[in-house]
Amino acid sequence: MGVAYAAPIFILNDIMNLLDANKLVFEYVRRDKNGDVDGFIRAVDEVSLEIAQGDFVAVLGPNGSGKSTLAKHLNSILRPTEGVLYVDGMDTTDSDKIWDIRKTVGMVFQNPENQMIGTIVEEDVAFAPENMGVDPKEIRERVKESLITVEMLEHRKASPSKLSGGQKQRIAIAGVLAMHPKCIVLDEPTAMLDPEGRKEVIRAIRALNDVENITIILITHNMEEAVYADRIYVMNKGHIVMKGTPREVFSRVEELEENSLTVPVVTKLAYELKTAGLNIPDGILTKKELCEAICRS
Amino acid sequence: MIRDITLGQYYPAESVLHRLDPRVKLSGTLLYVISLFLFQSFAGYAVATVFLVTVIVLSHVPVSFMLRGLKAIFILLIFTAVLNIFLTPGRELVSFWKITITIEGLRVAAFMVLRLVYLIVGSSVMTLTTTPSNLTDGLEKGLGWLKFFRIPVHEIAMMMSIALTFIPVLLEETDKIIKAQQARGADFESGNIIRRAKALVPILVPLFVSAFRRANDLAIAMESRCYRGGEGRTKMRPLRYTGRDYAAYSVLIVYLAAIIAVGILF
Repeated sequence: MGVAYAAPIFILNDIMNLLDANKLVFEYVRRDKNGDVDGFIRAVDEVSLEIAQGDFVAVLGPNGSGKSTLAKHLNSILRPTEGVLYVDGMDTTDSDKIWDIRKTVGMVFQNPENQMIGTIVEEDVAFAPENMGVDPKEIRERVKESLITVEMLEHRKASPSKLSGGQKQRIAIAGVLAMHPKCIVLDEPTAMLDPEGRKEVIRAIRALNDVENITIILITHNMEEAVYADRIYVMNKGHIVMKGTPREVFSRVEELEENSLTVPVVTKLAYELKTAGLNIPDGILTKKELCEAICRS
Repeated sequence: MIRDITLGQYYPAESVLHRLDPRVKLSGTLLYVISLFLFQSFAGYAVATVFLVTVIVLSHVPVSFMLRGLKAIFILLIFTAVLNIFLTPGRELVSFWKITITIEGLRVAAFMVLRLVYLIVGSSVMTLTTTPSNLTDGLEKGLGWLKFFRIPVHEIAMMMSIALTFIPVLLEETDKIIKAQQARGADFESGNIIRRAKALVPILVPLFVSAFRRANDLAIAMESRCYRGGEGRTKMRPLRYTGRDYAAYSVLIVYLAAIIAVGILF
């Protein structure tokens, strides 16, 4: 009976993706005024994702599309109702692995004020490594290097309330960086910032991806920010409705508009010029590309 | 008015006091507050004043910051002064209608007011020179022995630290809500006390709602940064006494001795 037992199946971390979701479903119970169960809402509906180390992925979608709910699954704040999600080979429903998962995938949230724990920039950045039980000397090193990465070292002793929104959000990123994560999930990090702050944050995120090779998952409904991503997922009503490179996704202007999303102004202009009869290629992303295309046509 | 409360507001500066171990500052403040009630004479006040002024000068914090905390208790000060002036029996100074002012009354009133002022200013020195997290670190470590009585010292310290951090945030929020409600015609200034108290409801309800929302956001943010209580937690700068701290303790002992001596002698 030598063949009766199957060879154990090993999950091979090396060839596996950093994040691997298979038919992820998240349902929550909706209650009416009396607290009786009114129905189930599927915030995330059979979503499958494959994200490799070093990817820069943008998740787009209108309000209520389930993109934030999906984000909260990625570091086990929420657990799937159905389906599985592997983070670096660890199942997010495995309670023993929860801290390893959170170490691997850091989260940055929308409101910078509501994620500041320390009263001084340094202390806030040190919060995560302190929780992880890192040696004091190494904490100080990590804090310093994280602050250098987001170019906030000169503010290390400042009180966060004195900083601008963009600076606060960069501190939040540094706080996550100090965990030495493989992946950072940013849930609409620029939604509460002014244009200058947005630029700062996006610049910091891109540098992390380019220089440190950290996987970035940027949840946003700002299309201009998604242009820098390697890949875009568009979500609506809990489903992934479109995916591809920014060029591929943004060339489907009508489909995006059906999902209540507006393409960047440049892309929209190029699209309108094309439908008006000009010879302009699909999926123009930057002003420069548009200028060149117009000159050529 | 709402920004006048300095409690829990850290003033960043480089001074000896800023660098002292929070446990020293905590026990120092406690000792100072107790000492204020140990004497009855002018000499005692002289010693307490000298000590307070020295500490303020050492702290490099502008005096205006220290005094800001007083505005919040201004009414209490007036109240204390008036009650003491009129209700203390003793040698008569002036008397008209049914009211008598006594020399003892003036003396007690002045002392009580001074005591309150020193108490507030003294504790402001501590909160202005110590970051809330440093302060709670001090409490956590200084009271660590309470863990043996199953008191969750770390959790309490963490709660205090968060509460202190959020005081300015919530104050700002209150200000915003007040302005937003005023812009829509809410009236907080006229009417009797009951009407004014009722007018506070449209401020408090949104404030509580937003505070709970913030608390929820913060809890998620803390958990996603691996927070799991005090167990196995390390510190970026673990508290350790240095020569400076022992020196400060000696100064405190000298101060206490002086106060007790003054209390006995005068």
